[in-house]
Amino acid sequence: MTPKRWLYAVLVVFAVGEIAGPHLFPADHAHFWFEDIPAWGSIYGLVSCLLIIIVSKLLGKLWLTRPENYYDS
Amino acid sequence: MTPEWIHPGLVLIAGAWILPFCRGRAKRAVMILLPAAALVDCFLIQPGTYGVVRFLGQEVVFGRADRLSLVFSYVFALVALVGMVYSLHVNDDAQHVAALTYAGAALGAVFAGDFLSLFLFWELMALSAALLVLLRRRPAASAAGFRYVLVHVFAGLCLFAGIVLHFTQTGSLSFGNLSPYAGSAAFTLILVAFLVNAAVPPLGAWLPDAYPEATATSAVFLTAFTTKSAVYALIRGFAGAEILVWWGAAMAVYGVVYAVLENDARRLLAYHIISQVGYMVCGVGLGTELALNGATAHAFAHILYKALLFMGAGAVLQVTGLRKLSDMGGLYKTMPVTLALYMVGAFAISAVPLFSGFVTKSMVVSAAGESHRPAIYLLLTLASSGTFLHTGLKLPYYMFFGKDRGLRAQEPPRNMLVAMGLAAVACVVIGVAPMVLYSQLPFRVDYIPYTVRHVTATLGLLGFTALGFFLLLEQLDPEPVVSLDTDWFYRRGGAAIQKFTQGALARLEGSVSRVSDVVMQRFVLDIGAQLGNIDLRGVDAIMEGVGRVTEEVSRDLTLTSTGHVQRYALVMAAGILAGVALAVFAW
Repeated sequence: MTPKRWLYAVLVVFAVGEIAGPHLFPADHAHFWFEDIPAWGSIYGLVSCLLIIIVSKLLGKLWLTRPENYYDS
Repeated sequence: MTPEWIHPGLVLIAGAWILPFCRGRAKRAVMILLPAAALVDCFLIQPGTYGVVRFLGQEVVFGRADRLSLVFSYVFALVALVGMVYSLHVNDDAQHVAALTYAGAALGAVFAGDFLSLFLFWELMALSAALLVLLRRRPAASAAGFRYVLVHVFAGLCLFAGIVLHFTQTGSLSFGNLSPYAGSAAFTLILVAFLVNAAVPPLGAWLPDAYPEATATSAVFLTAFTTKSAVYALIRGFAGAEILVWWGAAMAVYGVVYAVLENDARRLLAYHIISQVGYMVCGVGLGTELALNGATAHAFAHILYKALLFMGAGAVLQVTGLRKLSDMGGLYKTMPVTLALYMVGAFAISAVPLFSGFVTKSMVVSAAGESHRPAIYLLLTLASSGTFLHTGLKLPYYMFFGKDRGLRAQEPPRNMLVAMGLAAVACVVIGVAPMVLYSQLPFRVDYIPYTVRHVTATLGLLGFTALGFFLLLEQLDPEPVVSLDTDWFYRRGGAAIQKFTQGALARLEGSVSRVSDVVMQRFVLDIGAQLGNIDLRGVDAIMEGVGRVTEEVSRDLTLTSTGHVQRYALVMAAGILAGVALAVFAW
C-alpha cells in the first residue's frame, strides 16, 4: 500500500471511531451541542487546517511578508 | 536564612561562578551537579515561608513555598538540568554562567513572596537572558539582544512604577491576587509588565525576534523561563481577569497564523511558544480551579516539550549550520534518532494521546467548555489543529523529509541526544501517567483526560488536519521572506524619527562612543595588567579563570555598541521613563 492509501485508511478508522465511540461508551457528556455532530472533531480539524493555511497565506501575501533583507537595508 | 531553607536559585546563581575555575571533566561534573542539586533542593522544600529579610522597613520574602510555586520550581530546575546536559560540549564559560544565572533568577521570581524580591529577580532574568542572546557573538544576535534589553527595560519600568503606585495606595509590598485593585493604574502597569514577559501580542514580538538568534544551546534555556515565570506571576496576581480570556485565545491563534508564514525553523517554534502560552493566559483569565490547574499543568508540560523541540531544531542547526526550512530536506536518513526524539516533542505539543500535551492542554479547553464559552472553546481547538499542522507536520516534513538536498549530516554529540532523551521521557511519562503531574497541581484534580469522546475527537481532529496539510502541501512550501510583527515599530519606525534628529544625536553619539572607547580600553587593560602582576606571584590557576571571563565580557560589550541612533534614542526614552517613575516614588 502506498503512504497515501495508509493515510486514507487511518482517517476512515478515526472517523468511524469518532462516530461510533460515544455511542458504545456513553459515559462522558459533551459541553456544547456541536460536539454531538457525528465526526465533529474530524470535520472541525479539516476545516481549521484549511482555514489556517488559506487565511494566513492571504494575510502574508497582502500585508505581512517582506523580502528577507527587509530589516538589513 | 534558616538552615532548613537553602534558596535553589541561589545554588545556581552563586554556584555558576565555580565553572570558570574548573576544567575538563570537573567542569562537566559541576555543570550537571548544580542543577541536579537545585532540583533535589526544590523537592526537599516543604510548603511554608522562608528567607524573610527586613529591608527599608519592609518584609522581603525570598521563600514563599506553596503548591503553586513548588510545582513551577520543579520544572524550572528540571529543565535547567536538561539544558545543561545539552550544553555539555560547549566550551564557553560565559554562556554557562549566564544560563545558570537565568535559571536561578527564574527560581527566585517563583519563590518571591513580595514585589521587591520579585522585581529583583525579574530584572536579573531580563539581563541574563539578554546576555544569552548576545553571547552568540554575531552582529545579528547582538542587535536582537539589544532590542531584547530595550523591551524588557520597558517592562521592568512598568513593573517598577506599578509596584511603587501599589505601595503608595496600599502600604504593602506583598505579592498576591491583585483583582481587588482592578482598574487602578498600579494594576494596569503590573499587568502590562507581566504581559510583556508572557509575550502577549502586541507586546510579544521580542520573542520570535530574539530566541532564534541565540546559540543552539542557549535557546533551550530561553524557551523555558521568561514566558513561564510570567504565566506563574499572572496566575498569582491576575487569576480570573476577564480580559485575559479573550487575549489568550487570540494569542493562541495569532502564533499559529505567523507560523504558517515562517521559514526559519526556530522562529516557527518561537511563534508556537506564543500560541501555547495563549492557552495558559486564557486559563488564567477563566480563573476556575480546573482552568488554573490547566494553566499550571500546561506550563509544566510545555517547558519540557518546547525544550525538546528547540533541542531538535538546535541539533540540526549544530550539524548542518542551517536554520531555514527552504534549505533543508532529507535529513531523516542521517539523523534518525534526532527525528524520533523531535517527533516525541511534536506529538506532545500537538496533544496526541499518550503524550504530555494531551493531558494538560485539554484541561484548559475543558475549562472553557465548563464555563460555557463556545467561542473560546472553538478558537482553542482551532489553534490545536494549527499546532499539529506546523510542529507535527510542516516542520518535520521540510526538515527531515521533503526534497532531499543531499546534505551531509550526522547525529549531534551524544550529550545532546541524552538531553533530548530525558525531555522525551518526561513528555511520555506525563502523558501515560498524568497523576504524576496532577498530584502536584495547586488544586485537587477531578479531571479525567482519557475518555472515549476526548480521545476519538482528538484523533479525528489531528488526522484530518494531516489530510488538509497534504491537500494544500504546495501552498505551504517555505518562502524566503520575513513577516512583519510589532517589532517593526522599533526596528523601522525609529528610522523615520532618525531623519529629523540625526545631526545632533549623531554628534552626541560620536563623543559618547569615543569616551566609552577610552574608558573601556583603560579599564580592560588595567585589569589585564593587574592580573598579570598577580599571576606572576603564582596564583595563576585561579586568575586565569578571572582573566578569561573579563576578556569574554569585554569582547561581548564591544558587540553591544552598534552605533544605531534609534537604539540609543530608545535607551534615552527608557531613562526618561525611569525618571518619571522615580519622581512618582519621591512624591
